Amino acid sequence: MQLGAYSFGDTQRNPDGTLRSTAEAIRNLFDAIVHADTVGLDYFAIGEHHTVDMPASSPASLVNAAAAATRRIVLSSGVSVISTDDPVRVFQQFATADAVSGGGRIEITAGRGSSVESYPLFGYDLRDYEQLFEEKIDLLLTINRGSPVTWSGTMRPSLDGLDVVPRPVSGSLPIWIGTGGSAPSSVRAGRLGVPVSYGIIGGAPHRFAPLAELYRRTAAQHGHTGEDIKVSVAALGLVAPTKQEALDRFYPGWVNLNMEMGKLRGWPAPDDRAYLAQAHAPGAYYVGDPDDIAERIVHLHGHLGHMRHFLQMDIGGLPQEHLIESLTLLATEVKPRVERLLSKK
Amino acid sequence: MDTIAVLGTGRVGTAVARIALDAGYAVHVAASGAASEIELLAEIMTPGARAMTAADAAREADIVVLAVPLHKYRNVDPAPLAGKIVIDALNYWAPVDGVIDEFEGRGLSTSEIVAEHFTHSRMVKTLNHIGYHEMEEDRLPSGMPGRRALAVASDDSEAAEQVRGMLDRFGFDALHSGPLVTGRAFEAGTPIFNGSFTAEELRKELSTSVAALAR
Repeated sequence: MQLGAYSFGDTQRNPDGTLRSTAEAIRNLFDAIVHADTVGLDYFAIGEHHTVDMPASSPASLVNAAAAATRRIVLSSGVSVISTDDPVRVFQQFATADAVSGGGRIEITAGRGSSVESYPLFGYDLRDYEQLFEEKIDLLLTINRGSPVTWSGTMRPSLDGLDVVPRPVSGSLPIWIGTGGSAPSSVRAGRLGVPVSYGIIGGAPHRFAPLAELYRRTAAQHGHTGEDIKVSVAALGLVAPTKQEALDRFYPGWVNLNMEMGKLRGWPAPDDRAYLAQAHAPGAYYVGDPDDIAERIVHLHGHLGHMRHFLQMDIGGLPQEHLIESLTLLATEVKPRVERLLSKK
Repeated sequence: MDTIAVLGTGRVGTAVARIALDAGYAVHVAASGAASEIELLAEIMTPGARAMTAADAAREADIVVLAVPLHKYRNVDPAPLAGKIVIDALNYWAPVDGVIDEFEGRGLSTSEIVAEHFTHSRMVKTLNHIGYHEMEEDRLPSGMPGRRALAVASDDSEAAEQVRGMLDRFGFDALHSGPLVTGRAFEAGTPIFNGSFTAEELRKELSTSVAALAR
């Protein structure tokens, strides 16, 4: 089981609640990725996000910077909002990082994104939501199969035998589909024969078991077998020395995030009971001490058979030192526990 | 009143299909394409439901639940839905889904706009103000204290009554808020949309919100 983290960037807050600089957030994120590599985490993903409180708008840039500054960790987007980007450019950027890193540890996770800020930003029409994703994922996978590339569609100009370079060191990049877990998305990933990454942000995570089964059986139906057919899980969470510390450290950021979303979406004030329910098994927030987190990851593994579990820790202005400690604990305390528990099964 | 067609196989559609199956209904599920495209999906996500085309699913059903993406409702052919009770479970939520021009500027609820497409159907607005996993988790048998209540708006009181009966079998109390226009009181962003209510609480909230609509 690979363990890791993902982030949308997390702009720090002043004591009066106002937001500090977005540049600081990006620098913090870069430092956290380098730290994660140093302590031996397996994976770090940067999720494309375009807001002042979550400013990691350019995963490819951070992946390239981190590729040069790390040695072993797998780096990915989580997700690249491929619908509103150019698959040619996205591929080139990640293939460049692959070359810089020496090869074999750069991935792309393509998705539709959890919000729609990128549509007006890049001049796309939300009415094309499905068509954009369908065509652009197809183009991205086509480019990944080899160059020169010939492709045509309706959402982007055709490519007629054009080279897309550099080529990845091992011939191709792992390309995942990231989804919040609708049945049609699982069918799509299975039909395309690509690995699927489930973002689980609420409710009992084992509810995703039928989706993973649907994904695997659809893949088999379409003749896709082998190591590309695999599942990963992205979830909210934070590790601290004790459960109570973890709950206390994660809570203020969780409130801030829900207040921000609430302002936008007209939600009522966040509810403490909902927080505590989600932060204990079988809830969706992996907030706890190393034993708690390891047990819950292994429990979910019994339902999903996933090969990678990674956490979004830095939300709503989490202090950087808490992020750093959580990454350390995940690598040095949670990981050996998970391996021990899985080996007993 | 024993067959329900669910159009849409996303999170809402599959949740509605499962609770309808639990309540003892025969359930047809459909997406935009051929039945064969969703057979495996139905077998795993909604065991017991029959995968069909949208037209076939609706033709044999008493109640049709619309759970397609909002911007795709016009792709559903209204002809096979003529005369049927059609539940609009859709929401227009610009901050989340982005702006869709036809839902802007008229002050109408989604259901009033969607009803213009399904002119010969008996339109009922409900199931829009409960989250898809709450639909499965919040169900309680009739008469249990704290049972959650859902609002039902329709110009057709008999259709509203039948949908109330369906919701009761699903595991919810249900209140007829009045004609379709009163559904504006539980559109996205309203207190009813954002909250969770027992029948008594919902009655109180509806009387305030519906009165406010008239002003």
